[in-house]
Amino acid sequence: MSEEKKGLSGAKLLLNALQEEGVDIIFGYPGGVLLPLYDAMLDTPIRHVLGRHEQGVVFAADGYARVSGKVGVCLATSGPGATNLVTGITNAYSDSIPLVVLTGQVPTSSLGSDSFQEVDIIGITMPITKHSYIVKDPRDLPRVVKEAFFLARTGRPGPVVIDLPKDVLAQENVEPFPSDMKLKGYKIFGRGNNSKVEEVAQALSEARKPVLYAGGGVVTANAEGALRQFAERANLPVVTTLMGIGSLPYGHPNLLGMVGMHGTVTANYTVDDCDLLIAVGVRFDDRVTSGLGHRFATKAKVIHMDIDPVEISKVVKTHMRIVGDARKILEELLEVLPGHSLPELSEWWGQIRNWQKDNPLGCDLDSLTPQLVIKTLGELAGGEAVIATDVGQHQMWVAQFYPIARMRNYATSCGLGVMGYGLPAAVGAQLARPQDNVFLITGDGSLQMSIQELGTVAQNKLPIKIILLNNGVLGMVRQMQKMFYDGRYNHIQLEGNPDFVKVAEAYGIRGIHVNSVDQVRGAIEEAVNSSGPILLDFKISPDENVLPLVPPGKVITEMIVR
Amino acid sequence: MLHTLAVLVENHPGVLIKVAGLFARRAYNIESLTVCQTEDPEVSRMTIVVAGDDQVIEQVRNQLSKLVVVHTVVDLTEKSVVDRELALVRIPINSETRSEVFQTVDVFRGRVVDMGRSNITVELTGDIDKIGAFVHAIRPYGLLELVRTGKIAIMRSEA
Ligand SMILES: Cc1ncc(C[n+]2csc(CCOP(=O)(O)OP(=O)(O)O)c2C)c(N)n1
Ligand SMILES: [Mg+2]
Repeated sequence: MSEEKKGLSGAKLLLNALQEEGVDIIFGYPGGVLLPLYDAMLDTPIRHVLGRHEQGVVFAADGYARVSGKVGVCLATSGPGATNLVTGITNAYSDSIPLVVLTGQVPTSSLGSDSFQEVDIIGITMPITKHSYIVKDPRDLPRVVKEAFFLARTGRPGPVVIDLPKDVLAQENVEPFPSDMKLKGYKIFGRGNNSKVEEVAQALSEARKPVLYAGGGVVTANAEGALRQFAERANLPVVTTLMGIGSLPYGHPNLLGMVGMHGTVTANYTVDDCDLLIAVGVRFDDRVTSGLGHRFATKAKVIHMDIDPVEISKVVKTHMRIVGDARKILEELLEVLPGHSLPELSEWWGQIRNWQKDNPLGCDLDSLTPQLVIKTLGELAGGEAVIATDVGQHQMWVAQFYPIARMRNYATSCGLGVMGYGLPAAVGAQLARPQDNVFLITGDGSLQMSIQELGTVAQNKLPIKIILLNNGVLGMVRQMQKMFYDGRYNHIQLEGNPDFVKVAEAYGIRGIHVNSVDQVRGAIEEAVNSSGPILLDFKISPDENVLPLVPPGKVITEMIVR
Repeated sequence: MLHTLAVLVENHPGVLIKVAGLFARRAYNIESLTVCQTEDPEVSRMTIVVAGDDQVIEQVRNQLSKLVVVHTVVDLTEKSVVDRELALVRIPINSETRSEVFQTVDVFRGRVVDMGRSNITVELTGDIDKIGAFVHAIRPYGLLELVRTGKIAIMRSEA
């Protein structure tokens, strides 16, 4: 062992290993057992961003990861710090977001004795992590960190927890074991599959009504270029999931919009009627299929490409599978495409264009509607802006109306649908992309689940623009009560709402009330050009609906459209 | 249908709970599970007997393979294997039943490994069916206690 390696503490070893992985920012919140780590961090160039709640810290790391494509790192103390992370870890697990989550732990000598702030975070997070470690010997730290990052970002990404007992961090003069990874059981299906793509090309040439169904796997694999080329070359209609938004730019002639519960009529009709469904990086989630896998795309031959073999034939019976990286598969497919005839699709496109003509996404642009706000923002901020959202009606309106131009410009909680995600995710996104304009589009319910993170915005002078679609209610729940429970509204009224402009101002953040339609454009212009953070509080009607809507238990063609 | 899976896993604390947790969460039914060290002290072998149709079994295999602590999963069901289970059975005896019980034990090639004033303990190895048949045959005499190891299996070597 070399001289200089002697004398390193566990904490220092950990920080070195993190730097080796390229970590330059950690979202964290301190506590007693982490003191050795916080002390050692002072002597590194790693930037630590202090959140205001551990849930904010993990959401920020998640937002950072989504818009940068890098692994997000967060840190919380033992006990309550660690348990406050649980929702955020679940969110990352649901959407396959790469995170390394560091938790403090009581000293190894106290483990298992119900000591102060001791909690079995490894046990608690077992079903919501890709893998986890409790480090009981500081000499393992370099290897564990290396493995954790490798696991988090490769294959189907996900969160990895490393639990760090205080004495492991504090121990001095550690001579580490080699950092060589020992992951004998880890299988990655990174490659494509040449013989299979020939079959795909063949199936495509025989199809009359093909459609491409793209999801988060396209984003993970950075496959937007290949996907676009494939779609354009074969002139395929494309539908996306919520996760897949941005895989083709909004407004692209081949893009039919989102499919499923709040999808476009055209996207849903197209999937229902297609004879070939090419599914890339998707998992046939029940927000897409209504949980009725056996009644989804029933006329189609289904080709499923995904990196996780577990997803294939889980929900919808698949006729052909390709397990691998979406980008590699699509690139291989592009290579073999010239050897096959491409299908003649003018009739199919004629049908699709008719559906589109008859079923445009409805919106009223003459009064202060959420759609007007989002469309105006789209016009003024453009598809290059980074958009974070919360969860509720406003999230679906963004999915329907914001002109996202590319992948990784969009951070939204999909599989878990967790309110409170937006503001901290915007914090992470702004720190990952300091040069870009970051907007948070949120609701009055969601914002109040993370409103304390305004402190993080203020402390770090983050120029985040907050677009609050303030309807005074838990709008999404209210809509369900209206449509499916005879309008017997209960517990959706947010009567105690504060004046959000005043709240922002209390944090030293500018705020503007927007109460009439003629103020919309001016206010948004001001936000777009603002060099600092700003909150626009748009007063909108609680009666606005998200449409189309596939009611629970119905197939995707049975939409309510007005 | 019952499938027998041979699962090689890392020999660490916490691995069993990961596997068991997976079965519980996804509502797969474990018929039996045995776990023990292998010839390689860093690797344990689980033999898991699980019920399900082909689609369920494929999901089980894929889900197991996905765990980082799982090295390999082999479905032994369609393969040529030797499988065994060990049972220890405590049976009451009295002057009337004594000879019949001993006869039955003999027929199944059981061994009496312990004897008390009013009961005997029998050790029996064999495949699942044989143990089942023995239990069935002995039940009329009363079954005081039954312990079964669950099935273990190994592939036959090539001829
Ligand atoms: C943490 C959490 N709790 C509850 C819900 C259920 N839920 C979904 S949308 C919604 C209402 C959201 O209200 P708001 O943020 O004001 O958005 P709006 O629908 O009004 O646009 C609720 C309560 C959830 N998704 N997440
Ligand atoms: Mg609301």
